[in-house]
Amino acid sequence: MHGLVNRSLQSFLRDTYGAPLWDQVAEASGAPAEGFEAMFSYDDGLTDRLLDSAVGMLAKPRDALLEDLGMFLVSLEPLRRLLRFSGVNYVDFLHSLDELPERARLAVAEIGLPELALVPREGEGFLVEVGPGHPGFVPVFAGILRAMADDYGAFAVVDIADPRAAPNTIRVDLLEPQFASGRRFDLGRPEVR
Amino acid sequence: MNAKPLQDAALIGADALGRLMPMYLWITPTGLIRAVGPTLVKLCGSAPLVGDRFLDRFQVDRPRGLYSMADVQALAGQRIHLSLRSGPGTSLRGQTQPLGGGQGWLLNLSFGISVAEAVRDHRLTNADFAPTDLTVELLFLTEVKAAVMGELAALNARLKRAHDEAEARALTDALTGLANRRALDAELARDCALAARGGAPFALMHLDLDFFKTVNDTFGHAAGDAVLVEAARRLRGQTRAGDTVARVGGDEFVLILRGEADADTAAEVAARIIGELERPIPFDGRPCRISASVGVALSGRSPAPGRMQAEADAATYAAKRGGRGRCVVG
Repeated sequence: MHGLVNRSLQSFLRDTYGAPLWDQVAEASGAPAEGFEAMFSYDDGLTDRLLDSAVGMLAKPRDALLEDLGMFLVSLEPLRRLLRFSGVNYVDFLHSLDELPERARLAVAEIGLPELALVPREGEGFLVEVGPGHPGFVPVFAGILRAMADDYGAFAVVDIADPRAAPNTIRVDLLEPQFASGRRFDLGRPEVR
Repeated sequence: MNAKPLQDAALIGADALGRLMPMYLWITPTGLIRAVGPTLVKLCGSAPLVGDRFLDRFQVDRPRGLYSMADVQALAGQRIHLSLRSGPGTSLRGQTQPLGGGQGWLLNLSFGISVAEAVRDHRLTNADFAPTDLTVELLFLTEVKAAVMGELAALNARLKRAHDEAEARALTDALTGLANRRALDAELARDCALAARGGAPFALMHLDLDFFKTVNDTFGHAAGDAVLVEAARRLRGQTRAGDTVARVGGDEFVLILRGEADADTAAEVAARIIGELERPIPFDGRPCRISASVGVALSGRSPAPGRMQAEADAATYAAKRGGRGRCVVG
């Protein structure tokens, strides 16, 4: 798994549940004590062990934890900005989801995100089909899509579809495309320094 | 291929044209601005362009020397670089094409390489760019590149620090903090090479502690370690900043005294060091007494590490045999 993914998990666990919890999870799973390097690659098994120990220690369902991770990612301003480049409003954003893995590859060639496909449903809804890859990506993307609806000011219900009916699929029920003004986004990055 | 220029002329409204090309200008045959795309309107803020003379509002930066509309017209189809005469001087690039029916020219503009500043200066949004325009992707890439480069720079700094620490550990004796055998070998090789090429002479001093085993056997290893640490401190105190002091074995030290070419002064330094080491070293309230046997080799006419080390070793052996606590210059 790419270091960025592992580091995301690390930041999420540490920022949300505190450093002691992260230290315990790292120790139990054999993660590097000094933390993950974002630009390295790690064995997939390590990511799974990390997740397993976090799920065990927090007594929280795996999918719920990963959805929270997705929402946490959108709360990081640099990442939120990169996501907002995808579309002018939430519907536009959804329609450009198929470009998202390609955008991620532009940033980090080896990132290895699964493909995403948007399928419009009857009424005001969509299905997002997540392509082959680590199964953990499905709930993470569900969290991202939910948080991005908020960010754009859309009123949407985002859930993982029943895996027996539609495996690796996220349901997006769009109740109101522009419900609130949403969070501000300027194309030009605010001047640093 | 002799199609008449206006054979398939398309009629398009100014609004539709603005959606296709949000930064277009329609310039009349007399050089007045007749219509403007919406993004260009935004760029000019409170000073509308329509009705003004094109060359009053825009400066052609490249090619230089364009002063009349006839000059501009001659460049139809070529890339020209311009800037707005008002505001932050945003630089633009574009090309002109003649319109049919004596309607003047169409000039389509885009931002140059400094698009990021233009977007910031004029608070542009996705909606200000045509859907076919890759400017937003360019901004995305610029931002993502900065983030990745920042991450890589931080990684490099961490690796460099780890490398420096590992290197320092690899060249340092853990107990005393002096240079170790590896560091000494490297420095001796370098000093010999420099001296052989006419660089400064130096003395190699080999030093064996006397009665160290007795201290160890009588007071224990903790006392032995304390004696070694204190001996190292005194050795450093008796040498100059540019000299090297290394611990190369249990109770063996080697010193490189740079600039030292004379047997007599080397012997004086050795005598001073021996005197310093013979001052009792207190441990747990009891005095530990040691001395040192010293052998010196001078770089002289043949500065070679092997020769000098063998000579210093032999001299130390001679000093020990001669009754300890003394120095022999080889």
